Amino acid sequence: MTDPIIRIEGVSKSFGNFEVLKDLSFTVAPGEKLALIGPSGSGKTTILRILMTLEEINGGGIFVDDEPLWHMPKNGALVKADEAHLHKMRAKIGMVFQLFNLFPHKTVLENVTLAPMLTKGTPKAEANALAMDLLAMVGMADKASQKPAELSGGQKQRVAIARALALRPKIMLFDEVTSALDPELVEEVLNVLRKLADETDMTMLLVTHEMNFAHDFSDRVLFFDGGRIVESGPPDQIFTNPQEERTQTFLRKIVAAGQRI
Amino acid sequence: MWDWNFVWQIIPQLADGVVITIQATVLGTIIAMIAGLGLAIARRSRNKFIRYPFGFAAEFIRGTPLLVQLYFLFYILPDLGILLSPMVAGVIGLGVHYATYTAEVYRTGIDNVSKGQWEAAKAINLSTRQTWTQIIIPQAIPPMIPALANYFISMFKETPLLAAITVLELMNQARSVANYHYKYVEPMTMVGAFFLLVSVPSVIFLRRLEKRFAPKLR
Repeated sequence: MTDPIIRIEGVSKSFGNFEVLKDLSFTVAPGEKLALIGPSGSGKTTILRILMTLEEINGGGIFVDDEPLWHMPKNGALVKADEAHLHKMRAKIGMVFQLFNLFPHKTVLENVTLAPMLTKGTPKAEANALAMDLLAMVGMADKASQKPAELSGGQKQRVAIARALALRPKIMLFDEVTSALDPELVEEVLNVLRKLADETDMTMLLVTHEMNFAHDFSDRVLFFDGGRIVESGPPDQIFTNPQEERTQTFLRKIVAAGQRI
Repeated sequence: MWDWNFVWQIIPQLADGVVITIQATVLGTIIAMIAGLGLAIARRSRNKFIRYPFGFAAEFIRGTPLLVQLYFLFYILPDLGILLSPMVAGVIGLGVHYATYTAEVYRTGIDNVSKGQWEAAKAINLSTRQTWTQIIIPQAIPPMIPALANYFISMFKETPLLAAITVLELMNQARSVANYHYKYVEPMTMVGAFFLLVSVPSVIFLRRLEKRFAPKLR
């Protein structure tokens, strides 16, 4: 069996007195497509934000590609990571946000070329060619010269995906990427994710409320509640034959809200 | 009462003062823009040994009159062995005083850039410097331009205070002419007219700037 690309070991995280993650442990295999589902506030977004180094952990450890994420070796011990270590580790990970977070003062093309040019020193012509390939992959090549304000929500999110891919990360994190979209725009973004999942061997972690998509997309589903993993397993098992009562209740509510699973 | 011949006669001397007034405003503006940005960034520092001293200094400068600060720079610093020419003291005084105000404008502008922009910059692995120069400042500055311009117009109208430390700007020239000839109406009216002629179009230009840049905030 191959070594996991992500190892989360006893991670805890609190915001003030609210403990969001409680002694959380799980691993992700290279190339695995993992769906994180669960009610709001269950900690699933927090774990993505911790992996992207947007939130610090309060306890435990995380290893990405066999290297500690929030710690670094120094004089034979693991100490808190400095900015240089975090910078090195971030290069392995890309993230797409719920609210896109495109840079509004830059064109679509510049949004995608910025990171390769600034962080890898990729020459402009090469960065442009790479960006155009990525924009073509997400169906946005014809909008390269436009500003984000001129795009629909779905188009913005497709550009955000291209931007995150531009650094060729080993791991991609998708945080409720369709939650801010009008229903008719959801499918265009999900199609891009399907394509990515089918055509690349990237490890992908997806936080979503689209259960049907989570079922089709993922190799494994983690059901979160109260900062813990309540149940995990292949999508068929989780969605058609959940073992835990909390999972069953959650899925019943989702079905009652009108979603097909 | 109004003597046109006297007006024509004193124009060259007042023109010298106009040049100094404009130079002081431009140089003061440059200092206020750069020092204000530095101050805004220092006051956002995570290091309290940077944040607090700069914060205290800014509050101190904002809480005391510009005239008092000019006196300190020009008349008291020499006692400490720091001798500044009137113009240098005046420009530093204007620039630093207004930097404390422009810093607040910068701070508001920077705070108005959404948290998501900082996070997106981190997610694409930009360094702190790249995040500031490529993402935050380019978005923060345009909406601040009207507020900054407003302070620069105020600074321009406060340049007559430099007369108190012997800078030969417009007000000082006019006063000197008036005292020499013992005729005040023409020089003082001309000083007022000059400030009005510059300020009114500036304010109109400012309103245009507001229309041009303010919507970008939304």
